[in-house]
Amino acid sequence: MDLIANLLRRPAAASILSLIGVLVFYVVFGGVELGKLANAASWLNYAARIGIVALPVGLLMISGEIDISIGAMIPAGAMTTAIISGYYDLPIIFGIIGALTIGVLVGLFNGILAVRTTVPTLIITLGTLVAMQGVVLAGSKLLTGAASVPLTAPAWAKTLFGDFIFGGSHQVIIIWWVILAVIFWFVMHMSKFGNWIFAIGGDKVSARNAGIPVDRITILLFVLTSTAASFVGMCHAILFNSAQVSGGMNDIFNIIVSVVVGGVLLTGGFGSIAGVFIGTLTFAIVNKGIDFTAIDRNWANLIIGVMLLIAVAMNESFRKMALSYAPKPKK
Amino acid sequence: MNKPVLELKNVNKSFGPIDVLHDITLQVKAGEVLCLLGDNGAGKSTLIKTLAGVHKPTSGEMLMDGEPVSFARPKDAADRGIATVHQFGGTFPLMSIGRSFFVGVEPTKGFGPFKVFDKKTANEVAVKAVQEFGITRITDGDRLIGGLSGGERQSLAIARALHFGARVLILDEPTAALGVKQASHVLRVVMEAKKRGVAVIFITHQVTHAMAVGDHFAVLIRGALAANFMKGEKSREEITDLMAGGEALADLDAHLEDNTGQGAAAATVS
Ligand SMILES: Nc1ncnc2c1ncn2[C@@H]1O[C@H](COP(=O)(O)OP(=O)(O)OP(=O)(O)O)[C@@H](O)[C@H]1O
Ligand SMILES: [Mg+2]
Repeated sequence: MDLIANLLRRPAAASILSLIGVLVFYVVFGGVELGKLANAASWLNYAARIGIVALPVGLLMISGEIDISIGAMIPAGAMTTAIISGYYDLPIIFGIIGALTIGVLVGLFNGILAVRTTVPTLIITLGTLVAMQGVVLAGSKLLTGAASVPLTAPAWAKTLFGDFIFGGSHQVIIIWWVILAVIFWFVMHMSKFGNWIFAIGGDKVSARNAGIPVDRITILLFVLTSTAASFVGMCHAILFNSAQVSGGMNDIFNIIVSVVVGGVLLTGGFGSIAGVFIGTLTFAIVNKGIDFTAIDRNWANLIIGVMLLIAVAMNESFRKMALSYAPKPKK
Repeated sequence: MNKPVLELKNVNKSFGPIDVLHDITLQVKAGEVLCLLGDNGAGKSTLIKTLAGVHKPTSGEMLMDGEPVSFARPKDAADRGIATVHQFGGTFPLMSIGRSFFVGVEPTKGFGPFKVFDKKTANEVAVKAVQEFGITRITDGDRLIGGLSGGERQSLAIARALHFGARVLILDEPTAALGVKQASHVLRVVMEAKKRGVAVIFITHQVTHAMAVGDHFAVLIRGALAANFMKGEKSREEITDLMAGGEALADLDAHLEDNTGQGAAAATVS
């Protein structure tokens, strides 16, 4: 019993239960064969796509801020790579650097506005979201005259960023996702920087008085979210040999839902990388796994909505448990 | 008995056209509890925020160990050993005791990029620090701050400040939201801090709490220092009057106390 109670108090508890719940639901009501689902690539590819962005977004949300401009940054990264190395035919390395640079710049812009003004970051990044959508659309029309740009990447770039692995249809970004998850886990839970981020999310003023460079950390986190998004866009352009202008609106919600299902508190100060990772997996299984069920695909959003509400309710009550936890007096 | 740790000389503070503090001259010594008293809006919080580096005095001088000091940020005051504990003991409700105790000064082990937060040490040190103040109910550094009682949180915050070498401890109404038992815990912690030679500045609206721990009393009325006296120099009634802004409220207070029985009865009826 103690073991179970200990598990439930962890920020990742709700995401684990959500994952189990979704799998049970799909097996019982959708007739899914678990083996077939486990071997399928679609959900894992999708998990990696949103997961790479969800990791820094999780950190940012733990620090009490939010970034929705990531939605525009995935297509921005893709288009930048394709325009530089496809349309202008420059070596792929310039396309890669270009995509990452645009991520860093937009992140700096968001971060500096966030620390210099009192405007909520939801509004700031809503502004950059819409602005970047405009830049990407108008920019590609202006430069290339098209909304879709082809790209042929050399073999090394394919292998690193846009190939299939395990001889099947799994994408190489899955490996990137796992490596990044380990790095983020280390930073968040093992290093002192994680402690700083929790403190910033708990109380900014006290954190600043304790000597934590709050502004620099906040700007850095915005750079990470934005660059992670442009990185994913770049990988997709290299994988699919082309980039399209798209809104990326779905990605925003899917990434934030994954993070919230993963037990990160929207108001900051609480959450975990394990939770974000499992939350992302759960979301991807709901969204892509539905194709393996007898359930009509159109129901997927209903399931996601219900899962989100249940997960949030679980998070609430588990957090209360964690708060009221006190060790039993030793006899 | 000794030289003052912190001293204010003719300090004024105004926010634009609003004068909040007038010509305050005040000292606090090591091992002394200075009770800062006064009605709502008298300027107590403004005074301690000035000491803590949140506000800069408009004019006047601040001295620490006899040397003039000027703080640009709260961090500067904290670095000089002036620690402020706020009403709810701060701060990070969803962090563990061990983690929050060491925010900004995390103990690490290992080297290079693999320096890890030393949770075991952090938890042990934090638990030991509060236990030394007699809060023996805290035994597990993994507990979250938000799960502690108000008094435990205050005590933890005070223990933290002293652990990191605070020489002046500023407490803004630490007992305001606490029940009798919890408040007495905090008062005991204040006495322990004093015993360790820390200068304590203690703001309260409760005469009983002030009388219990105070060595030195300073009363602010509309931003001016209306009285500045040592323990035993004034009676409880005189102090109550002063705290109420100089009006003769002590009689009323006594009257209310006589009638508490009736008052309670009336409350239940209505
Ligand atoms: N930043 C500020 N700008 C303008 N006026 C201020 C500011 N801070 C405080 N004041 C004013 O200064 C006066 C004293 O406020 P202060 O908070 O110091 O009172 P206090 O003695 O702590 O009261 P309480 O017992 O209610 O806590 C009040 O009239 C308040 O409105
Ligand atoms: Mg006050």
